[in-house]
Amino acid sequence: MPTRPAWQASAPLANLRRRAEIVARIRAYFTAQGLLEVDTPQLCPATVTDPQLESLAVAGYGYLQTSPEYAMKRLLAAGSGSIWQIAHVFRGNEFGRRHNPEFSLLEWYRVAFTPEELMAEVATVARLALGELGCVSHRYRDLFRQHLALDPLTCSSAALRAAARAHADPAFDDADRDTWLELLMSAVIEPHLGRDELCFVVDYPPSQAALARLRSDADGQPVAARFELYFRGVELANGYHELLDGGEQRSRFAADLRRRNELGLPAVAIDEDFLAAIDSGLPDCSGVALGLDRLVMLALGAESLQEVLPFPFARR
Amino acid sequence: MATYSTNEFKSGLKVMLEGDPCTILENEFVKPGKGQAFNRVKLRNLKTNRVWEKTFKSGDSIEGADVIDRDMQYLYNDGEFFHFMEPENFEQHQASSATVGDAALWLREQDTCTVTLYNGAPLAVSPPNFVELEIVQTEPGIRGDTATGGTKPARLSTGATVKVPLFVNEGEIIKCDTRSGEYVSRVKS
Repeated sequence: MPTRPAWQASAPLANLRRRAEIVARIRAYFTAQGLLEVDTPQLCPATVTDPQLESLAVAGYGYLQTSPEYAMKRLLAAGSGSIWQIAHVFRGNEFGRRHNPEFSLLEWYRVAFTPEELMAEVATVARLALGELGCVSHRYRDLFRQHLALDPLTCSSAALRAAARAHADPAFDDADRDTWLELLMSAVIEPHLGRDELCFVVDYPPSQAALARLRSDADGQPVAARFELYFRGVELANGYHELLDGGEQRSRFAADLRRRNELGLPAVAIDEDFLAAIDSGLPDCSGVALGLDRLVMLALGAESLQEVLPFPFARR
Repeated sequence: MATYSTNEFKSGLKVMLEGDPCTILENEFVKPGKGQAFNRVKLRNLKTNRVWEKTFKSGDSIEGADVIDRDMQYLYNDGEFFHFMEPENFEQHQASSATVGDAALWLREQDTCTVTLYNGAPLAVSPPNFVELEIVQTEPGIRGDTATGGTKPARLSTGATVKVPLFVNEGEIIKCDTRSGEYVSRVKS
């Protein structure tokens, strides 16, 4: 690639035009479906507790948001009905071909939708950018059985560790069960997902539920009602059948804060407005967050976000 | 020695891994949707020259390696050790044949080369990318044959053997690329 002066856009202007076309198609779709477009704040006094997400703190104000999820759920609890937005979000220390510390999430919530109904819509929206594509769905458990001959819901941590050492050359010996699962998922399984079609992964381990409710899978095992979409080995979207139980949500936040403390991470302020909204009654709904920059990257056949973002963050 | 977090990893950084000094070749940030992020890192073990691929938990730290590259003058080989000198302070270092490796084939006394020091002792020696050396033995040249593209082996004063064009003769000086071991051109003397 020819080098441009540093002040110029890293993405070719032709790519930015394609991006604008894709955004226009998405906006037309949601408008036609009757969803309300919202615009929630990026700067809030509280933030996510997830130990794996680093919120950027703004002294005297709070945090730049890692996702618009809490604010959108407050709107849902207040009776907004189904809503959508494209939100700029911020995550510290995420740099790479497929990561930029500031990026755009296409996030939407469908009142009374099951996760299956929402997945069908996610595929429809992805096709607005990617064109006609088939679609498959795999259970998390079946992927581990197929690629690693392991049952991720029932096998021992030692078995996961042995598989990780055999397939992924970890530079560490000591890790919890979810870390081994996540390493195997990213190193062994992800590269196979969505080679020629849209690929959903469903029924995650309960320990990886985040803000999804739990349910029993077809074999009677408890699983998280969470799904992810992959295309060409790239993770594109994460969705939940949203947790409605305020008590359960509180105890997940408390567990996150304990984990943060163990890891020596900064404590964060819990979003009490969000919890109060859940307590007042969130309507039964499914929601999803889709990485818009990655969607554009895949639609254009680009290899990195630098090709679709005008000014990716440059560390100095 | 300083420690480096995965956030500081970049190509060329020298770190300790499993007790050996390594240089980072590539570093890729990966994250499986939600959950733990990782850095998939390609490193060259500077002792064995083997390339490793290792996955780190993002945010983990490892110790830096006391490895520096120094330009030094090659002095002589005493039969067991190769001797080098730092031109600024005249400090001398000796390196075994195993440490010098194939670089020995290109080293001419008084020439400058790069010596990699690990904890102050030579770990590896790299000749300059291009060297000019005399041919000490080759088949007689074919006059005027500059077009057929044939080659023949030629042994150089330092011990290396390179393929040279048929028109090149014994006693001539040639320029070679030490990275590929290939002839580049004749040098007019």
